[in-house]
Amino acid sequence: MIEEFIARHYHVAFIVVLAIGLYMLIESGNLVKKVIGLNIFQMSVFLFFTTAAYVEGGGPALVGPESVPGEHSNPLPHVLILTAIVVGVSLTSLALALVVRVYREYGTLDEDRLEEVMAGEP
Amino acid sequence: MNPESAALATTVDPGHLTLLIVVLPILVSVIPLIASLRDVSAGWVTAAAALAVNLALTVALAASLFLTGDRLIRYEIGGIPVPHGIELVADGLSILVVLLVSLVAFTVLIYTRTQGPRGNAFYSAYLLLTGGLLGVSLTGDLFNLYVFLEITGLAAYALVASGDTGRGAYAALKYMLVGTVGASLYLIGVGYAFLATGTLNMADLERQLSAVGYGDPLVITAFAFLVMGLAVKAALYPVHTWQPDAYSSAPTGVAAYVSALVSTVAVYALARVVLSVYTVDFLDHHGDLQALVIYFAAVSIVAGSVLAVYQSDVKRMLAYSSVSQFGLIVAAFAIANPNAVYGGLLQLIGHGVAKGALFVGAGVFAVAYGARKVEDYEGIAHRSPYAAAAFAVLAFTLVGAPPTVGFMGKWYVGVGAVESGFLAVAAVIFFSTLLTLAYVVRLVDRMYFGRPTRNPLLADGGGDDAGDGQGVTHGILVVLAVAAVVGFLMGPFASEIQALVQPTMEALT
Repeated sequence: MIEEFIARHYHVAFIVVLAIGLYMLIESGNLVKKVIGLNIFQMSVFLFFTTAAYVEGGGPALVGPESVPGEHSNPLPHVLILTAIVVGVSLTSLALALVVRVYREYGTLDEDRLEEVMAGEP
Repeated sequence: MNPESAALATTVDPGHLTLLIVVLPILVSVIPLIASLRDVSAGWVTAAAALAVNLALTVALAASLFLTGDRLIRYEIGGIPVPHGIELVADGLSILVVLLVSLVAFTVLIYTRTQGPRGNAFYSAYLLLTGGLLGVSLTGDLFNLYVFLEITGLAAYALVASGDTGRGAYAALKYMLVGTVGASLYLIGVGYAFLATGTLNMADLERQLSAVGYGDPLVITAFAFLVMGLAVKAALYPVHTWQPDAYSSAPTGVAAYVSALVSTVAVYALARVVLSVYTVDFLDHHGDLQALVIYFAAVSIVAGSVLAVYQSDVKRMLAYSSVSQFGLIVAAFAIANPNAVYGGLLQLIGHGVAKGALFVGAGVFAVAYGARKVEDYEGIAHRSPYAAAAFAVLAFTLVGAPPTVGFMGKWYVGVGAVESGFLAVAAVIFFSTLLTLAYVVRLVDRMYFGRPTRNPLLADGGGDDAGDGQGVTHGILVVLAVAAVVGFLMGPFASEIQALVQPTMEALT
């Protein structure tokens, strides 16, 4: 049982990081911390893809004079995650822009305070 | 079809059309932003021109698709052969969604001309969202679907915040936090499916998944993540919490557009994953998983309707009604027999038309009279007869009164549910229809049988009997009327539409 976990430590790490991110996203009342939680959550997905592509003892998948003989890591998930990282960066920037907007309007980033203030609005 | 599009359809490889339809709005979306640098407000004109061309291209694509025997057009982007390259696929299921997206995008744009929001940045985001939605509808690649889903998401979050209220920004942020989690769950599902099969192409996955074996834990885990992720995007109960705030705090034009299309396209993607990638064989193999999805959706049908009954704000009521409707559609696709799937498709299109137009209607009454709550609608039909008539027809489409498309959709789904032995689902549909009737009648009864003199919002003569009140232009009335006619006529023509998409339905079920 323990060996199973150790042999798949990268997958365990993915699940742990995912849980931490999700917990922070749900539990924290501060909007900036929620965005950080979202980032950690997304990071776990990146970790999942990149570790899954790794082949033990495999070299980078290069063609030409640089190419390494023998087994190669699968380059496709790495490329996919490059795209996902770009998506993640744009999401984070939009999220922070919205946080700034909310703060300017209400002067607080606390979820409960915000709900209170909004309930008082017409 | 008109002669121009017929000529286009015969001379151009229809595959190129699929690419052009997706790429055009995305490319044009930068023009309004560039125009901003020179202080030119070219936003509306650019967007209108691009979306009009797109609508024509979509009609041409639909025409050439319905000329093919198997109703299938596949196009390999950049000439890289599948499964290594990305392909776009148009079939009977996707073409109806593409037509809906193009039509709604163009008509809601007409509404935004007078009612706003304005500004070049708004129109850029609007075009980007349209491109993303069309991409989700046409792609034949799981990862490409994720990218388009996120383009859709990003543009939708920005649009929800495009009003001038802080409330909109907060709703957009919440929408975004939940939506991104949904998309990431979907991405994890894509990862597991890739690990199991080594491919991302949907058609190839269909073969590879059955070759790996439907009992494989990776295959089942991937299914769970894919369905869960898309369910969040579709706002099924209990992961719907972002949706009512987003719809009710967004500017009306955005609410109409987003409510008509964004969740619709997410549910379409869910149908693609369940029916095209996993296929009916997988569902047959895992009867318990199928039942789980169906009952999960059934809970959404009831919960959405119950929550809608309790709302006093009209926009929130319409938003909760979507939770119920999308539950019905997901249940239909998960039942996965020919009747249920066709009913789900009809309901998907019919709901998109009706819900978008109802939000436009709610916006019209809010602008003209300041009417936002159910009690504000007292006697409104006596002041705005045309807008109110269209609103009432669309509301009854939502209920599923015969012969509207809502009735035909629910009918097919109900028949399909009974055929597959899901009697509980048929009962839930009936019960939820009663609840829908309850909140719709509550509204329509006030509009028609309430006395305008008893409504303080109408007392100061806001609007005159002929002109439907200030702020209600002829363009907006045309939009409402077109939607009401489409919602009404798609019902009687349901069997004709079924004949058009029959080859696709056979391939899927």
